[in-house]
Amino acid sequence: MNPEITQWDRFLDSFFKLEVMAKYLPSIIDGFLLTCHLALLVVVTGLTLGLFLAIVRAYEFWLTSWLIAVFADVMRALPPLVFILLLYFGLPAVGISMSGYVVTWLTLALVLAAFSEEIFRAGILATPKGQWEAARSTGLNFGRTLAYVIMPQAIRMTVPPLTNRTIAITKNTALGTVVGVGEILNAATTAQSFSGNASPLVMGALGYLILFVPVVIFGRWVETRFAWQKQ
Amino acid sequence: MAGKPLLDVRALYKSFGKLEVLKGVDLAVAEKELVFVIGPSGSGKSTLLRCCNRLEEPSDGAIYVDGEEITAKLADLNAIRRGIGMVFQSFNLYPHMTAEGNVMLALRKVLKQPKAEARERALAALERVGLSDKADSYPNQLSGGQQQRVAIARALALEPKMVLFDEPTSALDPELVGSVLEVMRSLREAGMTMLVVSHEMRFARDAADRVVFMDGGNIVEQGPPEAIFGNPQHPRTRDFVSQIAR
Ligand SMILES: Nc1ncnc2c1ncn2[C@@H]1O[C@H](COP(=O)(O)OP(=O)(O)OP(=O)(O)O)[C@@H](O)[C@H]1O
Ligand SMILES: [Mg+2]
Repeated sequence: MNPEITQWDRFLDSFFKLEVMAKYLPSIIDGFLLTCHLALLVVVTGLTLGLFLAIVRAYEFWLTSWLIAVFADVMRALPPLVFILLLYFGLPAVGISMSGYVVTWLTLALVLAAFSEEIFRAGILATPKGQWEAARSTGLNFGRTLAYVIMPQAIRMTVPPLTNRTIAITKNTALGTVVGVGEILNAATTAQSFSGNASPLVMGALGYLILFVPVVIFGRWVETRFAWQKQ
Repeated sequence: MAGKPLLDVRALYKSFGKLEVLKGVDLAVAEKELVFVIGPSGSGKSTLLRCCNRLEEPSDGAIYVDGEEITAKLADLNAIRRGIGMVFQSFNLYPHMTAEGNVMLALRKVLKQPKAEARERALAALERVGLSDKADSYPNQLSGGQQQRVAIARALALEPKMVLFDEPTSALDPELVGSVLEVMRSLREAGMTMLVVSHEMRFARDAADRVVFMDGGNIVEQGPPEAIFGNPQHPRTRDFVSQIAR
């Protein structure tokens, strides 16, 4: 008897058992699709809110600036998992209950909004003062200067850090599993405990790779695309 | 000085915190006049210019443009700025727009001109600075001198009453200075009122109506270029002129 072959068989049997894979493929696919639209929702709402907050903050009205600064600091400091658990298990006590999906979406969108607000703001501040002065000297008001002159430059500068941060936060959709969101990881761990076999986890990992490797590649493409020389 | 002043600066004071930069400047510029402002670094030349379109808020005093007090509390800043062009040392072109886009922006968004009309006017302004063939170029595809001329076109397109120039040629390589001065000369011939901070003495000598020497936040001496450069009265003027003549 060759012991190496039994080891190899055991490895295949626990990580790539075909009948288990076939059985749970549909539920993993469901999880994959759910992760896709949760991620998309987080990216769209999080970045939109972040951009909006950065623009409001640019007006430098002390009260709104202060509120946004506090929001951004808190959301960046708190581990998202803590916030998810707080919303999911804490809020029902005061009569507000949201589904795990909504809680995960809300948390990640707010975290992304906080980080992207800071990144957009850094871009606005890094745009040379002369750009403001040139635009204002032609009679453009503050808002139009921001919209047509400053933001297009600021956003270009922020694409690389924004892409990285967005990918990092979107991967946290996996946290939804602790509040029963049937995304990839949840589907995989459920299948793993029913089957007593690790193959579904491998499928889950593959699912994440299929989803995020293209995003990472896209991010790299965007970075080179927007790495332009400044004036 | 011929005619009523188009720009009238009266007892202008400006402080940055404790630093007093302008200490009661009086200056009148007549219509179609070209006035040169010279003076050592830190004497307040840029600050004076920037107060004239309120990029800087004066601490005290008043400024009138065409009889209207632009320093009034309720003055409409954007309307005032539209009527006063400004050209900067560092050009400050919008890098994400073509030359034509740079010139068109305020026509579209401030004067609310329809696109076709704005484009026509932008092309005419670029033509005036000799760059109609560069309308579709981005700033980083243009030389410094070309960029500065686009910046001048951007100011001219709004048909301002006057144009302020803050060291328009000092960021340029020597061989590119001439093209910008040539444009300024043609503006003068077309009767544009101009207030120019610059140390281009040769240009001042044959194009300026008047040269103003500033030092320490005050106007120390002013007069025709021959007098200021040829026979300065004040010792500080003499010192400064001999320095820049070298
Ligand atoms: N925003 C500001 N805050 C504080 N100090 C300022 C500011 N702008 C200008 N100053 C100071 O005011 C003084 C006059 O500056 P200004 O730029 O008007 O001088 P200038 O005559 O144009 O000099 P230069 O020839 O170097 O351009 C300088 O001491 C400068 O440091
Ligand atoms: Mg200056």
